Amino acid sequence: MRASAEPFLSLRGVSKTYRTGGRETVAVSDASFDLGDGEFLALVGPSGCGKSTLLKILAGLHPHDGGELRIGHAGFDPGRDIGVAFQAPLLLKWRRVLDNVMLPAEILGLPTKAARERARDLLALVGLEGNEDKYPYELSGGMQQRVSLARALVHDPKLVLLDEPFGALDALTRERMNLEIRRIWASSGKTVVLVTHGVQEAVFCATQVAVLTAGPARMADHFAVDLPEPRELAIRNTPEFGALARRVYDRLGIA
Amino acid sequence: MGALRRHAPAVLAHLAVLALWAWATSWGGVPRFILPGPLETIRALGAPQIDWWRHVLITAAEAFGGFALAVGIGVMLAVLFTWFAPLRRALMPLLVTLNLIPKVALAPLFIVWLGYGLVPNIAITFVIAFFPIVITTARGLAEVEPELLDLVRTVRATRWQVFRKIQLPSSLPYLFSGMRVAAVLAIAGTIVGEFVGSEAGLGFVIMSAQGTLDTPVMVMSLILVTLVGVTLYGLVVALERLVVTEDARLR
Repeated sequence: MRASAEPFLSLRGVSKTYRTGGRETVAVSDASFDLGDGEFLALVGPSGCGKSTLLKILAGLHPHDGGELRIGHAGFDPGRDIGVAFQAPLLLKWRRVLDNVMLPAEILGLPTKAARERARDLLALVGLEGNEDKYPYELSGGMQQRVSLARALVHDPKLVLLDEPFGALDALTRERMNLEIRRIWASSGKTVVLVTHGVQEAVFCATQVAVLTAGPARMADHFAVDLPEPRELAIRNTPEFGALARRVYDRLGIA
Repeated sequence: MGALRRHAPAVLAHLAVLALWAWATSWGGVPRFILPGPLETIRALGAPQIDWWRHVLITAAEAFGGFALAVGIGVMLAVLFTWFAPLRRALMPLLVTLNLIPKVALAPLFIVWLGYGLVPNIAITFVIAFFPIVITTARGLAEVEPELLDLVRTVRATRWQVFRKIQLPSSLPYLFSGMRVAAVLAIAGTIVGEFVGSEAGLGFVIMSAQGTLDTPVMVMSLILVTLVGVTLYGLVVALERLVVTEDARLR
């Protein structure tokens, strides 16, 4: 962690309204929170709560139209310091696994040799050592999603944005990936923002949770997850974990 | 061994058709002026007045030439469409309209414009093979997952990088599916061209033999045309196997 008191990420009343054919839809309203270096934030909420929109605002893909947003410290370049992964692995079918991981590095024009080394290391980190020369269709859904995580990290971004990356996986694979993403996060020291609609997933993975509700879209809660590190799946059976999960369910109006 | 077993049913089906043909023209009682038997058809290759090699090469040159032209110009136009959206909006509906012209009906006009010989037949082959190429390729170039575009936009991919690294390779399966359709059409275009007006080529041989009811020559020409088509189609499929990974191929 940095000694600086300045948070890595700072949002003050960030909002976004879509206008289509004279109708206005508020996608995000009044999102405010700070996130320190190396923290793991989960944005949790139902469909339509604006969590994906918020992520796209952070990624610089959509402009926000209200409030203030500041990302990173001096020297942060949003064009190369952000890595993303989505619900679909979005791998290029015609590229081998290693070359898929290389895509962002190629686009940024990073030195090939060093980037390939890094891509190999990352594939080992996500548990895919020995699969470098396979094609995506030879991998399971969980393995494909690991490739997309390695790709999100290949250009050594400071901020990693994950939009429901495990949403399409079966329950068991998903739990395994929750452990994986924590391990990757802990060993890489990146600041991570994870969008999910899984309450358990959010509380288990994150060091901070922001709860977003739909209709109207707004941020209903934001709290730190003070659970011991490193976490194992069994932590979900503790009263502390239960209390935090219940807090999220309460905010979402789920009894 | 595996390949042999996999292809065995297809090979058997081909042989069965040959056997049926042989049976029908011998014990089956089909008269020879309707359909000659296999041996008699092969004997037509010895007909002294026909230079088979020359006719096969001319038909192949027309089919391959028109097809290559269709691929070249079709892909070029599809690429232009993705780079200049107004051009696509103007020309794509026009192409759909033009595609509805029965292309074979253009053959007489082409002969008026271009005279006899290779050129009008290549032109007819081109117009008939061109549409599936441009339409499927344009669709393939346009069909990129929006989230993948988001992903590369976060690292500020240029328009050119998106085109070269994503759009172009992801359009290849579409291009090849268009090329497979176009290969079949190309042969039909070439033969129609030769029917309407030519002094050489297998279509010309068929028309000449019709005058004398020389069915062995007609059937032999048909077989050779088909072989030219099989060669063209086979080249397309072989090239596809080479450049498109297995799961990306469109069926």
